[in-house]
Amino acid sequence: MDDTDGLLARTTERLLAEQVDDAAMRAAASGLWLEQAWSAAAELGLPLAMVEGEQGFGVALSDGFALIRLLGSRAIPLPLAETMIANLLLARAGLPVAEGVVALIPAAAGVRLDRQGEGWRARGVADRIAWGRNAAALVVEGDGRIALLTSGFEVSAAGTNLAQMPRDQLTIDGAAQVASWPGLTLLEAGALVRAVAAAGAMETLVQLCTTHVVERTQFGRALSGFQVVQHALARLASEAAAAAAAADLAVDAFVASAADAGLAIAAARSRVGEAVGVATGIAHQLHGAMGFTEEHRLHWFTTALWSWRDEFGSAGWWTRHLGAAMLARPKAAYWPTVTAV
Amino acid sequence: MANGHGGLMAMYDKLHFPSPPANDAAEALRTQVRDFLAVTISGRTPLQRAESWNGFDRDFSRALGARGWLGMTWPRRYGGHERSTHERYVVVEETLAAGAPVSAHWIADRQSGPTLLKFGTEAQREAILPRIARGDCVFCIGMSEPDAGSDLAAVRTRAEPVDGGWRVTGTKLWTTNAHEADYMILFCRTSGSAADRHKGTSQLLVDMKATEGMTVRPILDLAGQHHFNEVHFEAAFIPSAALIGVEGEGWSQVMSELAFERSGPERFLSSMQLLLELVGALQGSDSELAQAAIGRLTAHLLALRRLSRGVATMLAAGQDASTQAAIVKDLGASFEQELPEIARSLVDAEPDRRSTQDLLAVLGYTLMSAPSFSLRGGTREILRGIIARGLGLR
Ligand SMILES: Cc1cc2nc3c(=O)[nH]c(=O)nc-3n(C[C@H](O)[C@H](O)[C@H](O)COP(=O)(O)OP(=O)(O)OC[C@H]3O[C@@H](n4cnc5c(N)ncnc54)[C@H](O)[C@@H]3O)c2cc1C
Repeated sequence: MDDTDGLLARTTERLLAEQVDDAAMRAAASGLWLEQAWSAAAELGLPLAMVEGEQGFGVALSDGFALIRLLGSRAIPLPLAETMIANLLLARAGLPVAEGVVALIPAAAGVRLDRQGEGWRARGVADRIAWGRNAAALVVEGDGRIALLTSGFEVSAAGTNLAQMPRDQLTIDGAAQVASWPGLTLLEAGALVRAVAAAGAMETLVQLCTTHVVERTQFGRALSGFQVVQHALARLASEAAAAAAAADLAVDAFVASAADAGLAIAAARSRVGEAVGVATGIAHQLHGAMGFTEEHRLHWFTTALWSWRDEFGSAGWWTRHLGAAMLARPKAAYWPTVTAV
Repeated sequence: MANGHGGLMAMYDKLHFPSPPANDAAEALRTQVRDFLAVTISGRTPLQRAESWNGFDRDFSRALGARGWLGMTWPRRYGGHERSTHERYVVVEETLAAGAPVSAHWIADRQSGPTLLKFGTEAQREAILPRIARGDCVFCIGMSEPDAGSDLAAVRTRAEPVDGGWRVTGTKLWTTNAHEADYMILFCRTSGSAADRHKGTSQLLVDMKATEGMTVRPILDLAGQHHFNEVHFEAAFIPSAALIGVEGEGWSQVMSELAFERSGPERFLSSMQLLLELVGALQGSDSELAQAAIGRLTAHLLALRRLSRGVATMLAAGQDASTQAAIVKDLGASFEQELPEIARSLVDAEPDRRSTQDLLAVLGYTLMSAPSFSLRGGTREILRGIIARGLGLR
């Protein structure tokens, strides 16, 4: 399916506007699962949107990532992006796609995949798994393999990230369907999703700030009339643009299955991570005390950004990872690598 | 990516630059340019490469012209090659990344030629564009004056109409390459007074080799090098055929010229040699400090290149990219100014332009160039004002 006319994007936006209003955002922050919104999204087909072939809707990958960006721009407190990408990877590995919420368990979580008779078993404890408490299935990676689990796991400790989105510890001991996996790691896939969502949320920061400085008056004029405010917003906008460009670079590399897609994702995470620090700081400064309250919407975006930038590998780790990869090549290969990514 | 998000403001598109299309012709060209540069500039030291912007070498420019790599996008009848914007982009970024001496052609290729193509008379186009495309015509930019820097509309240089042309009086300042140039595009007042601001200004094509009443005086930059100049006009006669475009429309023409000036990859690639020397010095390092620094710089470079190619994509589609170009130039200048600061934190030695160690020499050179990055071509503050206007704040 081709969404060049943006129909799916528009439908999704309408659905999100209806289903995830401010009251729903507050309910989610208090720990409620937004069942109605999830069902509506599932009915629209979002969890399977990016899956090619009979199992899914085969939305062009770049359009799929545009949906993830949209979810990020509204800081939607549902595991839709994770589930979309998990189902895409499952289908690519030749495994069945999953019903309901899927959680990603990267190899770094340390869950082991062992042979057991004819089949396989996954065992271990995985920390800070997004919406682990709501997961109907897990995608686990280990030793060049990818596995689907639909049972044999439970929440052993509940937690959240800074935006009150569930990040739970799962204890896993269950039968798994396994396939070999030569593709991008789950860490890279998860990192990409977070980078794209963060780029979307940063775009919202620009909008919130622009609206605020135009509406708020001090010293008898709109804040937007002060040059120092204009320049702060220009910096915020530039960081948002850089984050979006870095995320786009990674998306394009992923879509093209480029050899250097891993580097592009690392670069996106590094650049987005830095942009988040600058952008959230400016956004709060421009909003004054009102932006520092629970009541104001701003913190839905800033707290999500503070968490997303360090999920699926911290920004610092991705930055060093990229640096090590570039330093492992000869100096003469540096520029050619830059143009190839 | 899908752009059909109805409810979002128009700003969305401004900050979400278009994806550069895959371009096989441009990538094939890249290999040719690399092969050419590997031979043509093989003798240049890293320090000479670092001077890329300021490296003045007419032979190199002619060699580039002979390959068909100047005036690339212009019509054939003016000596151009009717290649795509993306192909031109590849030539520009490859020459800069390699540290080739671009100073004898890049102003002409980047902004003066396009300005003549857009606004010039047929005679001007026919006489000059083929020479630029051959790498045989050096241009300088006559915009800034002692009392008109950021506030360009305050120019005082005046062209009084006389029989057959104008008598020009006034002083242009910071004119890069005026002492080498064949031509200047002079921005001056042809009617009214400075109080009229944008009205009454025009652009004139000044022959730098044959204009009487014009004197060029060198100004050394802080590194003691002679690149820019003061150009004084004392009732200098400029023939009427020198008018570019429409008399009185100089302001909109000069804004268009600045858009060409600000949109290219030179705004973040002029310090590439320092990054390359740093990568060379730290190669294989398992220092986390080194990895973090190179990772961060690489991420910035990749994002900048992506943004800049987005601008090129917009220009290729005939769109106005002034806000986006300002974003790239502002981010690019910050990146290039941070680069020497980061480099010096990773090498335990003093920067020295005369050092036999390439890294230290390039570091010394780049440190001494860095203040200009956020001045030339529009200051940081002016660019941020442009971005703020793009966001609808002013
Ligand atoms: C290496 C180099 C090469 C150059 N080559 C050329 C050339 O070839 N041709 C040419 O015409 N010019 C050239 N220039 C000049 C360049 O365009 C000017 O330096 C630039 O436009 C700024 O003008 P200015 O130096 O007079 O600084 P000013 O305009 O006096 O600015 C000084 C400071 O005040 C700030 N400022 C000014 N106005 C405002 C405002 N409204 N709000 C906030 N801050 C403000 C500026 O941002 C800057 O930080 C060159 C400059 C350099 C450094």
